[in-house]
Amino acid sequence: MSQNGHKVIGTRPIRHDGVDKVTGRAVYGADIQLTGLLYGAIKRSPHPHARIKHIDTSRAEAHPGVRAVVTAHDLPQIADKLADLGEAIVNLRDASNNVLAYGKVLYKGHAVAGVAAINLHVAQEALELIDVEYEVLPHVTGVLEAMEEGAPILHEDMKTTSMGEETDKVSNVANHFQHKMGEPDDGFAEADVVIEREFTTQTVHQGYIETHNATALWNEEGQLTVWTSTQGAFSVRDQLAEILQMPVSKVKIVPLEIGGGFGGKISVYLDPVAALLSKMTGHPVKMTMTRDEVFEATGPTPGSYLKVKMGATNDGRLTAATAYMAYEAGAYPGSPVGAGAGCIFTPYDIPNVQIDGYDVCVNKPKTNAYRAPGATNAAYAAETVVDEIAEKLGVDPLEFRVKNGAKEGTRRADGPVHPVIGCIETTEAALNCEHYRSSLEKTANGKVRGRGVASGYWFNFNGGRSAISVSINPDGTINMLEGSTDIGGSRASIAMQLAETIGLEATDIKPYVVDTDSIGYTDVTGGSRTTFGTGYAAHATGQALIREIKERASKLWDVPANAIDFADGVFSYRDDEEKRSTFKELASQAGDAGGPVVAQVSTQPDGSGGGAFATHVVDVEVDRETGKVDILRYTAVQDAGTAIHPSYVEGQMQGGVVQGIGWGLNEEYIYNDEGSMTNASFLDYRMPTTLDLPMIETIIVEVPNESHPYGVRGVGEVPIVPPPAALANAIYDATGVRLRDLPMSPPRVQQALAENGG
Amino acid sequence: MSKKVHVQTTINGEAVDFLCEPRNSLLEVLRDDLDLTGAKEGCNNGNCGACNVIMDGRLVNSCCVLGVEADGCEITTIEGIGSAANLHPLQQKFLEHAALQCGICTPGFIVSAKALLDENPNPTEDEVRYWLAGNLCRCTGYDKIVRAVLDARNGA
Repeated sequence: MSQNGHKVIGTRPIRHDGVDKVTGRAVYGADIQLTGLLYGAIKRSPHPHARIKHIDTSRAEAHPGVRAVVTAHDLPQIADKLADLGEAIVNLRDASNNVLAYGKVLYKGHAVAGVAAINLHVAQEALELIDVEYEVLPHVTGVLEAMEEGAPILHEDMKTTSMGEETDKVSNVANHFQHKMGEPDDGFAEADVVIEREFTTQTVHQGYIETHNATALWNEEGQLTVWTSTQGAFSVRDQLAEILQMPVSKVKIVPLEIGGGFGGKISVYLDPVAALLSKMTGHPVKMTMTRDEVFEATGPTPGSYLKVKMGATNDGRLTAATAYMAYEAGAYPGSPVGAGAGCIFTPYDIPNVQIDGYDVCVNKPKTNAYRAPGATNAAYAAETVVDEIAEKLGVDPLEFRVKNGAKEGTRRADGPVHPVIGCIETTEAALNCEHYRSSLEKTANGKVRGRGVASGYWFNFNGGRSAISVSINPDGTINMLEGSTDIGGSRASIAMQLAETIGLEATDIKPYVVDTDSIGYTDVTGGSRTTFGTGYAAHATGQALIREIKERASKLWDVPANAIDFADGVFSYRDDEEKRSTFKELASQAGDAGGPVVAQVSTQPDGSGGGAFATHVVDVEVDRETGKVDILRYTAVQDAGTAIHPSYVEGQMQGGVVQGIGWGLNEEYIYNDEGSMTNASFLDYRMPTTLDLPMIETIIVEVPNESHPYGVRGVGEVPIVPPPAALANAIYDATGVRLRDLPMSPPRVQQALAENGG
Repeated sequence: MSKKVHVQTTINGEAVDFLCEPRNSLLEVLRDDLDLTGAKEGCNNGNCGACNVIMDGRLVNSCCVLGVEADGCEITTIEGIGSAANLHPLQQKFLEHAALQCGICTPGFIVSAKALLDENPNPTEDEVRYWLAGNLCRCTGYDKIVRAVLDARNGA
């Protein structure tokens, strides 16, 4: 038995899909084979900004082995319409134009045509035979440059929305919004220490190892089936129905195993093209991206410019904070600046705050969600300034954070008031951990060492729709169908919650992720919602099964159902101790007392419940000569509410930390003057490897989420938020130089040290 | 399209003949022609290790080997390392340590780790980290993967 009286929750069973995945049998998107399969490929723009004057596909169509060619003219032209994809609101006209460019290309890699052929090599040969005539336009890839008067304009019809009102101004700024609370000027007047700093961050990619894929079959009855790797099968269904202008009932999505997403596998790219090619050929068409296509043509997370100002009194109280946040949206509006603004000062209780956010189009791929989208950029700036203030005041940076920490009742700058949260508890756990209490030798091996800390916040999506359908087998095991695609062990975390509710073992539940025709609507695996939201449904399903089994026991025992109790996995009749049975014992008989036992439950929690907080501690060693930063030790502390499967909670924390380390120290899209990404490969876009890292220590804090029956808080996203700031603070501790531009790669560190005599 | 070539190999202990175009990589042949889809394509240029197989005792990126080069070679893929009924110790340890999240890189890691243990049955953590640096995982941060491999060592 684990803590809190739970039998299954808090234990570490082997995941249900594990054997298939360690033996290579699990079927991922690109693994599917169908009879008569054709292979597709995409022709992409070599220019970051150009008008498409003419596309001639005739030579490609005549190439032996080619079966069909499509362009944007084969897609229905759709009106502006906003749709919520789970982690981002998108305009469906933009989504369609992003799938196949119409009129203009807005970034290098923008899709202009698709080909289906008898094999991939023939399809790729045909791409070279598609002749596209472009009128090349001036381009802009930097956020501040794109905001300047006279910058090349991406969308001639886009007018800036400012403070909720559309203006007459045509510019690359899609939106400017503001959150204001109290009077920042008064707050800064009260402060004894005020620090204002500027920061930049570069475009980075989610970097999932599986590239995007879609296999479509449009049959003669007009029914479209798509097999794909996605974070949300229903979201793909809805996007396809809109982009192809067909009823949702004609679209079925079969989600296959997904090889990572981190927010990047929600939008569709290939699926509509594969569907059209299948419609034209009558054959199933498989499309997979190459790695450079993933970098250049799927949504990374934005580069940004931030200016942050914070003030505190000599007794260590934060009095005011302001932030100017300009985020690159990429080719179409919709950067995560809104989310970043909602997170930037949220670990703190600050009475006077003003945040101005700008969503800015640039000639780069349309950005997309990436693990706590927008929050990491924000925390890099704010947490570095907090560190500087604590230093000026001569107080411990974690004690400063505890003193100013947000708690139940604290109002966020974007409006909502925190319910029960674990912000202070998390920071205190970091303050008291062995790592933070340990001493660090400041020099070794001719290198300098330092320690840094940072905190982070992510909202967590405590709402969303989930459906579960179960049937009981005569041996007492349960088949559990769910609509949440399993990106990192959620079959297990959801099955465990059902098992806990009805008193079974995790292994007694057989979870299956099924297609959109076989289960009720389920929102995306994103927003840190799955173990929370679909787990919520699993608990409700367990409750429904308990009610049903009581009915069956009532018939079998010939006693009133309302006199049957269920506790500790046992059903018992109050007035006769002989009438006691476990769920499993009853399951073998229940099917003969009213037909097979099944249950279908759908849930939509009200969205309340607090977000996730994390505080990280890192020790680094800096080589002054080369600028290389090595990580000596890393500890991540996080409030998980209740950890259902602690190994996978730790895994989320460790994985998020390492993505944050990559973002902080190495990763960036490097653009040349032609607007081309020059490092679109895993060799040159260098993500952390085993050799770059130590073990990542984790401390799970559990402050239960009051909005979930088992107290679950989403854990997936917040661990990426603190690392870049924690690293910057550690590098400062080591060298005496503050780095305010990401990534803090060897050349940048070397240059900063040279400029500042560090 | 070029003429196909007849290639004779041994894969996972069984004689396997196939026809492939000279431009087809071993990875393409395994996945598209031989239904051995455990090897994954993550980059197609030798940088992620998701397609790793063991060829005549040597760890290779199957995306960087031509199908025709496999002629006369013995190849071990993830499918030949263990089965549900008879898991290799590495596979068992990956499960116990929760050393996978999405799982797409897992076959490549297990094949690589097997090649390491074949050569060095008792590697240190540094040796494990050095050897596995050719395999990218974006989910786990590698902590649990390294622990699983260390735990699968002889006498561990």
